Amino acid sequence: MSRWIENALTTNPLLDASGVAKNYGAVAALRNASLSVLPGEVHALMGANGAGKSTLVKILTGAIQADAGRVLIRGEARDVRSPAAARRAGLLPVYQEPALIPDLDVLSNLRLTGTPVEPFRAWVRELGIPNLDIRETARDIPLAVLRVLDLACALAVEPDVLLLDEMTAALPANLAEKVLEVVRRQGDSGRSVIFISHRFVEISALCDRATVLRDGATVGVVDIEPGVEEKIVEMMLGARIEKVSVAAARVASQAAAAQDSRPRLVVRNLQLGTKLNDVSFDLANGEVAGVVALEGQGQDELFAALAGSIRPGGGTIAVDGSPVQFSHPSDAIQAGIAYVPGDRTEALAMQRSVRENIALPFSAALRKWGPIRVRREHMVVSSAIARLQIDTRAQSEVQRLSGGNQQKVTIARWIAADARTILCFDPTRGIDVGTKQEIYKLLRELAGLGKSVLFYTSELEEVQRVCDRVIVIFGGRVVDTLPVELADEPALMRAAYGLPRGAREDVGFLADVRPASDAEAAP
Amino acid sequence: MTSTATMPQPASFGRRLKRFMADRPLIPLIILLVILVLILQVLRPGIVNERWIANTAKFAIPLAILAGCQTMTMLTSGIDLSVGTVATMSAFIMATQIVNQDPTVAFILAMLPAVLIGLVNGIGVGVFRVHPLIMTLGTSLIGTGFLQVYQRTVIASGARIPDFLNWLGTGLTYGFPNALFLFVPVAVLIVFTLNRTGFGRLLYAVGDNERAARLSGVRYWQVITALYVISSLLAGITGLLYIGLIKAPSLSLAEPLVLPSVAAAVIGGTSIFGGRGGYTGTIVGALILTVLTTLLTILHMPEGGRRILFGFIVLFVTAAYLRIIEDR
Repeated sequence: MSRWIENALTTNPLLDASGVAKNYGAVAALRNASLSVLPGEVHALMGANGAGKSTLVKILTGAIQADAGRVLIRGEARDVRSPAAARRAGLLPVYQEPALIPDLDVLSNLRLTGTPVEPFRAWVRELGIPNLDIRETARDIPLAVLRVLDLACALAVEPDVLLLDEMTAALPANLAEKVLEVVRRQGDSGRSVIFISHRFVEISALCDRATVLRDGATVGVVDIEPGVEEKIVEMMLGARIEKVSVAAARVASQAAAAQDSRPRLVVRNLQLGTKLNDVSFDLANGEVAGVVALEGQGQDELFAALAGSIRPGGGTIAVDGSPVQFSHPSDAIQAGIAYVPGDRTEALAMQRSVRENIALPFSAALRKWGPIRVRREHMVVSSAIARLQIDTRAQSEVQRLSGGNQQKVTIARWIAADARTILCFDPTRGIDVGTKQEIYKLLRELAGLGKSVLFYTSELEEVQRVCDRVIVIFGGRVVDTLPVELADEPALMRAAYGLPRGAREDVGFLADVRPASDAEAAP
Repeated sequence: MTSTATMPQPASFGRRLKRFMADRPLIPLIILLVILVLILQVLRPGIVNERWIANTAKFAIPLAILAGCQTMTMLTSGIDLSVGTVATMSAFIMATQIVNQDPTVAFILAMLPAVLIGLVNGIGVGVFRVHPLIMTLGTSLIGTGFLQVYQRTVIASGARIPDFLNWLGTGLTYGFPNALFLFVPVAVLIVFTLNRTGFGRLLYAVGDNERAARLSGVRYWQVITALYVISSLLAGITGLLYIGLIKAPSLSLAEPLVLPSVAAAVIGGTSIFGGRGGYTGTIVGALILTVLTTLLTILHMPEGGRRILFGFIVLFVTAAYLRIIEDR
């Protein structure tokens, strides 16, 4: 740590980006982001979902071009127009997705990128993989090892600035430790590392400073020291800590739920690959249960397993008290569980009409393949359209509808089909405020009718508007279940980062050793 | 550019016309058909009469039914190249079995390979996810091979065209071809299935977005298996009709219809990428191709020149038509 302090006093930053902005249409992904990395520094880049981390990374590595702002590398203005240009400038990223071409062996991959082989081998050994066969096809290599190989590739070309995106995700504990060790030494040897992670434990052990992004702007640069995580969480939340009043409608539905004591859905010890380690929770009738997690903590897999899209590797799911095994989404639908995916293009037949899209589940079963009862279907569909107030002016093709209306169609489908449980995966992502309000209201109404909703959201403030309870997932485990009264944004943010409840009063998280609940303790 | 700037009136009329045609894709097709018939009438005054119309319909109908198979499979972003072989098999088996068998038994024997090939196609595409192009091409080759083996066993007994198929294939009733007795119900059934049944809706849904269909509880393999069996059955029936028209059983009877059947569906506005199209357009497409063939025949061109021209016209018509109806 001392080296970077010396450098801070004597040297100019190795990488200095300021005023970076990027718009996608009317949406500002970045407004005013800055990042300054000193030589020999390990610098954390932090921010909640959608704060603009990935956009900034893409701009720095030349994958996309900024609309405004300037990037200085070693004090020189550089216009990084492509990943190759970033590489020449000494900036090398390692992304979450493996970068090796699956159908080539490791050696061919190295040749393709012009990576020197001997240093690569040395780094691979250093990173804890003693016997790698570089003739092996990348496809046959396990994911965790591939990620380490990506890192070794990057290290072998000796970049000035190494950019690591969630480097330790999907790594077993022994490999993760080696990686952290190597990254640490990278800093000591005078090179810089930009380290993106959701894990405070790693950041505290590794990083010198952290830049915090919120809503597309840099809101602060802090030195990592004991107790700083509270400060970072506050920065990520900004001024949004005002309380949202808990809706009164909730009391009624909770009373209804209390009458029917048997839970609608019981999930126990659900496990799936490396993504879901141990998820258990109940979902009651008449309840909206929120799910909060940072990106890639296993929530996608949880919803897919409950919807019957993928089969879990272990654990049990019980519906109304009887255990079930879904091998196809139609099994889940049979059990009254419907899934509304976050990506609308996944759920809609874009060239077909609004009515056909809503009525699609009616025809799915083999015995429903015959003539359609046009009038009855028209009635059911019309009432669903009216209920959700879908704008049907452009109803002949769903693709002509606005995003909000498309999202309403995906939900209306299951209102029409009268599903008893709806799994909503981030249904309000990228839609207008008015439609968001309507969806909140609708979900509450459904709960009032005794239906149950599992509601994943990436916008924490939605939790107190919609949910009765919130389940927090981190590293493929349920790390906390909060009643809605306690689930304000700071509490959720802390929980989502795996910090214990009420950490504010603790001496400081950084004083702890790695806790047992951490994801790396997986078998 | 300058014309649109100085005279906005005709431009907006053009756009309105385009919009009108985009909403009713059948209209430009019918206009094209009428233009072709008019050209024919100009080149050979008097050729377009009752007899010519009946004759054109007779040859267009088998093509239109096979194009129906392509339309339905193309809606799911598939294709059925085995229709030619299936039609040939059922025709050949019918003509050879009728010699010694009861007509009902002969009919059942003739339709058996159709069902089998359809089932294999459906399971291959729906369960094992073989690409429809390869799957149906494969079963088509296998079917042709079996037919050659089968031919050796029936050389001694000879072949005969059943009277009923003669009547259906070439006969006229009050000037209308009898084939319409088969075609009208089949066409109505296909149109009804596509527009008013759950199965038809699933064909569009699966072709438009298979993942969305799956999330709605649709089991892909069921839809696809049923689809290819239906397609094969239609092809088998077409074979019986076609042998009544051609009257000469051979091992490549219906093969020449395969690619025109795909062309008819494409000209008729069905997208090979799935999810968009319908059968009424296909019927007009089959008529257009048939009239075009007549037109090129009376030009007394050599066969090679005819084919070159035919290919160019099909390409041009399809490209122009897609530009018109996909204007948004």
